[in-house]
Amino acid sequence: MKQALRRILALAVKELLAVLKDRKSRIILVVPPLLQLFVFGYAASFDLNDIPVAIYNEDRGAASRELVARIVGSPHFHLHSHLDQDGQVAALIDTREVLIVLHLGERFSSALYSGDTAPVQVIIDGRNSNTALLVQGYLRDIVTEFNLQWSRRNGRPPPLAMLQVRPWFNSNLVSRWFIVPGIVGLLALVVTTIVTALSVAREREAGTFDQLLVTPMRPVEILIGKSFPGLLIGLLQGSFILLMAVYWFEVPFRGSLGGLYIGMILFILSAVGIGLMISSLAVTQQQGMLGAFLFLVPAVILSGFATPIANMPEAVQWLTCINPLRYFLVILRGVFLEGSSSAILLPYYWPMGVIALVTLSLAGWMFRHRMN
Amino acid sequence: MKQGAAMRMRLRGMIRKESLQVLRDPSSIAIAFVMPLVLLLLFGYGVSLDARYVRIALVVEQADANTAGFTGAFAHSDYFVPQLYNNIQQAEQALMEHRVDGIVWLRNDFSARLLTGGAAPIGVFVNGVDANQSRITKGYIQGVWQVWLAGYAREQGQEPAEPVALEPRVWFNAALRSRDFLVPGLIAVIMTLTGAMLTSMVVAREWERGTMEALMVTPIRIWEITLGKLLPYFVLGMGGMLLSVAMALWLFEVPLRGSFWLLAGSSALFMLVALGMGLLISTVARSQFVAGQIALVATFLPAFILSGFIFQIGSMPEPVRVITHIVPARYFVAILQTLFMAGDIWPVIAANSAALFVMMLLFLGLVRRKARKRLD
Repeated sequence: MKQALRRILALAVKELLAVLKDRKSRIILVVPPLLQLFVFGYAASFDLNDIPVAIYNEDRGAASRELVARIVGSPHFHLHSHLDQDGQVAALIDTREVLIVLHLGERFSSALYSGDTAPVQVIIDGRNSNTALLVQGYLRDIVTEFNLQWSRRNGRPPPLAMLQVRPWFNSNLVSRWFIVPGIVGLLALVVTTIVTALSVAREREAGTFDQLLVTPMRPVEILIGKSFPGLLIGLLQGSFILLMAVYWFEVPFRGSLGGLYIGMILFILSAVGIGLMISSLAVTQQQGMLGAFLFLVPAVILSGFATPIANMPEAVQWLTCINPLRYFLVILRGVFLEGSSSAILLPYYWPMGVIALVTLSLAGWMFRHRMN
Repeated sequence: MKQGAAMRMRLRGMIRKESLQVLRDPSSIAIAFVMPLVLLLLFGYGVSLDARYVRIALVVEQADANTAGFTGAFAHSDYFVPQLYNNIQQAEQALMEHRVDGIVWLRNDFSARLLTGGAAPIGVFVNGVDANQSRITKGYIQGVWQVWLAGYAREQGQEPAEPVALEPRVWFNAALRSRDFLVPGLIAVIMTLTGAMLTSMVVAREWERGTMEALMVTPIRIWEITLGKLLPYFVLGMGGMLLSVAMALWLFEVPLRGSFWLLAGSSALFMLVALGMGLLISTVARSQFVAGQIALVATFLPAFILSGFIFQIGSMPEPVRVITHIVPARYFVAILQTLFMAGDIWPVIAANSAALFVMMLLFLGLVRRKARKRLD
C-alpha cells in the first residue's frame, strides 16, 4: 500500500513536470485564462448601454421634448442625431449607424392633451433579435414611468391595474452577475480538459506509454497519477478566478464556500475523466487535441453559459444531461446569487459524480485494452 | 523564364504533397465537413434566445371573474406555462427550488381596487439570476398585462387611456426569431474554428516530425511552402462553408436577402484570414500541443464572445471594444448578419471586407516574416 502510494506520487510529480517544464506550456496555462477572464468578464453581457438612437420629432410641443429628453438621458441610450425627414431613416438603420429611430408625429402633443393616446413609432434594427427585444423593454419602462407622471399631473385616471415587478437575487438585473460566475466553470473546464487530453497521447507518440505499462504500476495507479496534474491545475485556476469574481468583479457571494468546492471538485474530476478518455482513445497528440476541441465546443455552447437550456429542443436538452458544465453552472450561480445550501444543490452534485465515475473507469479500462 | 518554370514545378509539387496528405489523413476532411455539419446542427437547434414555455406561478388569493380574465390571458399566451397556486408562500418556495421562473400575484383586494379605479397592484417576482431571460420574461408579462388592460377597459365601455403608446416596427426580422441572427453568427464562429484547426497544426507537425528540415534542404522557397499548404486547405474550408450556408438556407430557413456572390466572395476572404491565423499559430508554436492550445483560446472563445455574434459590441466598455477589432470573426459576423437579413448594404460590406483584407495581409505577412528557412 505504501509502495503504491509512492509509485502514484512519483508518477504525479513526473506528469506535473511534463506539463510545467516547458516554458511555453507554462505561459499558456497562466496568461490566456487571465486575459480571457478580464476581456470576457467585461465583454460578455447582454445589458445594453449607449444605444445610438436618432430622433425624428415632428411635434414641437413641450410634452414630446420631455419624453425625448427622458429617453436620451437614460444611460441605455445616447442621442445620435435629430432627423427632419422620413427619407433619412432607412440609411441610418441599414448601415447600423443607429439601432433605433423614434418617430413622434405632428399630432403627438395635441393627442396627448385631448386625452387620446399619442403614438410613438419605434423603428428597430432587428438584425440582433435579442437586442431588439431588450430595447423595447427599456423603452417601455421609460414610457410607463412617463405615462404615470403625466396622468398624475394632468388629472387623467391611472391605469386600472399596475405591475410591480421585483426581480429576486439580482434586483437590477445585472447580466454580469450571471456571466462572471459562469466564467469560473468555463475556464476551469478548458484548462483541465486540455492538460489531461494530451497526457497519454504524448507518451504514446514518444513510445513511453508502453514502458509505463510494464512497470509494477497497476492501471488504477496510472490513472490516479495521470489525473493529478489536471485536478491540481484546474482547482488552482478555478479558485483564482473565483477570487477575482468576488473581489474584482464584485459579484455578491451569498452561499457557502464548502458547497461550492464540493461542486468544483466533482466537476473537475469529471473533466479529468473526459480528458483522459479522449487521451487514451487518441493515438497522436493531434487527435487528442481534436478530441478535446470536439468535446469543449459543444460543452460550452450547450451548457447554459450564454443561452438557456430551457430554450433548447427536447432532444438537445437530453443531450446536455451528460455535460458536467451544465450542472456546475447552476451550482456556481446558485451559491453566488441565490445563497443555495448544499441540500438544494444535491440534484446537481450527483450527476457530476456519476459522470466522473463512468469516465474515469472507462479511461482506466482503455489504458489496458488499447495495448493490443 | 526558366526560373518561372522551376517555381511552378516546385509549387505544383508542394500542393500535390499537401493534397495527398489531406486525402490520406481523414481527420482534415472530418474537420472541414463533419465538424461544421455537426456543430451547426447542434447549435442551430440548441442555441436560442427565444424564451418559450416560461413557467409562471399564478397566485390568486380570491378568485372571481376579473382574476379569471387576467389569468386566462396567460393561459392563451404562447410564451407561458401557467401553474396555479393558492398562496404566495407555496409559490415562493417553488421559485426558490427552480420549479417556476416567475410569480404573478393577485392579492385578495384585486377586484375591489380594480372596480374603484384605484390602480390595483399586481405583484410580479422573477428569478433574476439570468438577467437577460428575466428581462425578456418581464417584457412578456408586461405584454400580457397591456393586452388584458385594453380588453378590460373596452369591456367596461371605456377608451383605453394610455397617454403614450409605443408602436415598435422591427426591421429585417419582424417575428424576432433569434435563429435568424444566431445561425449566420454561428457560421462565422464555426468557420473560424475550422480554418484555424485545419492549418494550425500542419507546420508544427512538420517541425515535430523533423520533415521540416527535409523540406529546407530542397530549393523550395518559404512562401512556396506557405502557398502550397494554404491552397488545399482553402478548397476544403470553402467546401465546409458552402455546406454551412446550404444548411442555414434550407434546414434553418434563414432568409438570404443579399447576393450569393457577395456572400461567396466575403467568405473566401474570411477563409484566407482564418487559415492565415492557423498557419501563423503553427509557425510560431512549433509543437502541436502549444499550437492546438493557442488555436483554441485564440479562435473559438474570442469568436464566440467578442464577435458580436451574441453580445452587442457597442455596449462593451471602451478597452474591450478596441480589442474586438483584432477578432476577424467580428467583421465576418457583421457581413453575414447583414447579407442574410438585410441585403446588399454596401457601406457595411465594403468596410468590413476591407478590414478582413487588411487582416489577411497582416497574418500572411507575419507568417512570411516568422517562417524563415533556418534551424534554431
